[in-house]
Amino acid sequence: MKLTLKIWRQENASAAGAMHTYELDGVSQDMSFLEMLDLLNEQLVTSGQEPVAFDSDCREGICGTCSLMINGEAHGPEVTTTCQLHMRSFTDGETITIEPWRADPFPVIKDLIVDRSAFDRIIQSGGYISANTGSAPEANSVPAPRDKAMRAFNAATCIGCGACVAACPNGSASLFMGAKITALGELPQGQPERYSRVVDMVSQHDAEGFGGCTNIGECTNACPKEIPLDVISQLNKDLRTAIAQGR
Amino acid sequence: MASVHFLPGLTPTNTAPVQKSDDAAGFYVLGDKLVDPKAPTGPIAERWTTRKFENRLVNPANRRKLNIIIVGTGLAGGAAAATLGEAGYNVKVFCYQDSPRRAHSIAAQGGINAAKNYKEDGDSTYRLFYDTVKGGDYRARESNVYRLAEESANIIDQCVAQGVPFAREYGGLLDNRSFGGVQVSRTFYARGQTGQQLLLGAYQALERQVAEGTVEQFTRHEMLEVVVADGKARGIIARDMVTGAIETHIADVVVLATGGYGNVFYLSTNAMGSNVTASWRAHRKGAYMANPCYTQIHPTCIPVTGDHQSKLTLMSESLRNDGRVWVPKKAEDCEKDPRDIPEEDRDYFLERIYPAFGNLVPRDIASRAAKYMCDEGRGVGPTVKEVGPDGVERQVRRGVYLDLTDAIRRLGRDKVEEKYDNLLDMYARITGENPYEVPMRIYPAVHYVMGGLWVDYELQSSIPGLFVTGEANFSDHGANRLGASALMQGLADGYFVLPNTIRDYLADGPFEPIDESHPAVVEARESVQERIDKFLSINGSRSVESFHKELGTIMWEYCGMERTKEGLTRAIGLIRDLKKEFWSNVRVLGSGESLNQDLEKAGRVADFIELGELMCIDALNRRESCGGHFRGESQTEDGEALRHDDEFAYVAAWEWGGDDGAPVLHKEDLIYTAIEMKQRSYK
Repeated sequence: MKLTLKIWRQENASAAGAMHTYELDGVSQDMSFLEMLDLLNEQLVTSGQEPVAFDSDCREGICGTCSLMINGEAHGPEVTTTCQLHMRSFTDGETITIEPWRADPFPVIKDLIVDRSAFDRIIQSGGYISANTGSAPEANSVPAPRDKAMRAFNAATCIGCGACVAACPNGSASLFMGAKITALGELPQGQPERYSRVVDMVSQHDAEGFGGCTNIGECTNACPKEIPLDVISQLNKDLRTAIAQGR
Repeated sequence: MASVHFLPGLTPTNTAPVQKSDDAAGFYVLGDKLVDPKAPTGPIAERWTTRKFENRLVNPANRRKLNIIIVGTGLAGGAAAATLGEAGYNVKVFCYQDSPRRAHSIAAQGGINAAKNYKEDGDSTYRLFYDTVKGGDYRARESNVYRLAEESANIIDQCVAQGVPFAREYGGLLDNRSFGGVQVSRTFYARGQTGQQLLLGAYQALERQVAEGTVEQFTRHEMLEVVVADGKARGIIARDMVTGAIETHIADVVVLATGGYGNVFYLSTNAMGSNVTASWRAHRKGAYMANPCYTQIHPTCIPVTGDHQSKLTLMSESLRNDGRVWVPKKAEDCEKDPRDIPEEDRDYFLERIYPAFGNLVPRDIASRAAKYMCDEGRGVGPTVKEVGPDGVERQVRRGVYLDLTDAIRRLGRDKVEEKYDNLLDMYARITGENPYEVPMRIYPAVHYVMGGLWVDYELQSSIPGLFVTGEANFSDHGANRLGASALMQGLADGYFVLPNTIRDYLADGPFEPIDESHPAVVEARESVQERIDKFLSINGSRSVESFHKELGTIMWEYCGMERTKEGLTRAIGLIRDLKKEFWSNVRVLGSGESLNQDLEKAGRVADFIELGELMCIDALNRRESCGGHFRGESQTEDGEALRHDDEFAYVAAWEWGGDDGAPVLHKEDLIYTAIEMKQRSYK
């Protein structure tokens, strides 16, 4: 396949960026999208040009590192991560536009790489169950209903990639946050901190500059792990309860 | 025979080996025998409890005066940082990823073993210990493995308390399943994403400590040198990968939890960034590298289809519970659509050769069998170009079928879909084929390394003050790792073992303060800077990537699933040539003062090249077949791995011999007192 790639290049956070156009030949349909970029980079290096910087690590859809806007969509046209998107989803001769995640709380570091440390800070604000090492009771002493454990698991599959934020017109991280709140809140172990958690996380979310949720649903459409929109309802419900409790 | 290695009060069930063969003569220097100076004594079930009691304590008020550096934030590093932070020490934790949550532990699929005996099916700490030692082909230390089995139950308690959503039964209790190589159900799991859930548990515990201020977190930082001052590890030199700044971090103790080095093969199931640099830099400073040749090849990965692949993807071993592995009986059928090959023309080779275990034989055995089928010319899928051990290029099909047709017929498509959902979707996505209609194709790929930095029972390396945990050390899996035991080791080391051993070392602290002007710091910083300058100044004609690919081809061909004296000797020569070319012809563009992924990679590939040479020397020396190390010269009449306990029941701990010198081999005899060494058989 032969492709025209329009790629955002930006030297660093403070430099101005611009779209650059590259022609790339010899792309196989079996390549992943990132392997296609590897091929481009190999050719750039050989011709003495700096390769395009982009983030990726596990390349099997689970670490959440890869993060590209492809033709205006987070992770591209399929419901998956960029590393699991393959070139058979594109056609010979196509022009593909590649940009970094778009969201103010995710500033660009270089080219297609953004800083998502805001997510770590949201977790630091309360996205955990306080359980010191060595203080745990015997695991089966606290049974967890199977359906609740399943819901917790489904929410916990969030990989923290940030596609939800990138896809949201308001730049909200509510799906990310709702997933964590639902995962921890569904289990008996998570109850003591349930309502302080939601208040603290929402407060940190807002302080980071993420926008409010207006239930547009672009987040869940872009989510490679198909986290359902009802985690945001759970978030709102827990928040209402917390406020009612005077937290 | 040296009797000094027999611990007082214990009767060994084996005797210390005397190596008779010397295939690697000329490639190494024989050093002194090594004894684990901290090896515990007494009845095996009491060793760890006794040690925990005997190790000195550090009172809470003194802990905040002690500084700990941890490199790596996977299960071992993340858990250790969280636990030591909670205990009140000052912890600095480093990772090259943008967040600790992305460490490659996250990609583990299957599960985590624990001797809880929730199924009352005869499991026990001793049985988990026994299975692990046997699975590792009797090349692990029994005290370490027993401790691992002992701590396994605590891990489950800890993770459940953190909210890890393990699979549950309808009554709300934890569910278990069984895994390759064992006959009890002791594997706890969270669908096919157990590693992710365990890592998020550790990550959340870690972030909680970051908020508490006990842990300072450095992301997008790469450790490039260890500072060894006055004989002790006292810090690291790290590069801020965003700004390029070279930073010095001083501490009282340094912990490496940096994972495995499977990426030396270029194609592996490891993450793209997984590397050996932290370990290798420590090795060059005096830390011994143990059993580097032990590589676990996982049998069920998606095969290579051309030369464009950047990595390989694992398909969980659990598929072998229902999938039947086969190749055509006749080579001329290999091009056919598998659905057109009648039953009588299919060779279900695992069921044929290993009727007792069938498709569920352990990983090393299943992998080798698949290789032999393809070597015979009965592989399936696209042909790929290879350079053979003779140096000649050839076209081979590298794939065997993993067929779910019978399972779909028996259970119905819905059941199969429910059981394996995301795995089959992933396969379809990568290959573009529908696994419900056409048999999947699989082939072995490099997955995990059992070798790593040598540590004593306390997880301390041969450099005082440098501790090594998880996959980065060599200690617990012997020559082969059973499924669902990597997660167990990472978390046991991080939550329970290291915090109990490091305190004994720290009880001597705080150590003499040092600062940036200390000669050891100056030397380390300068060597880091010189190396970076060197990479950027070579300005040759070949990309870093092309060197990595070439190294990988050499390693896979000659130090992969089957090794021979001839092939390994050839590989060492090829790697030495490659190293010369790398340092004179690599091309790294851009600058050191900004984010530069090629520069990062250049440093890693340079270290992989040196490691690759050592792996080949280690493999050449070990003229026996055990676990993930199969020497063509050492097999039984029917082609099974043949160990030589009389010669090789030792840990090979290699000391860096200098840039122009040969590595020095220290042997640590493996003495079993609680378990008897037996030939493994799965027939």
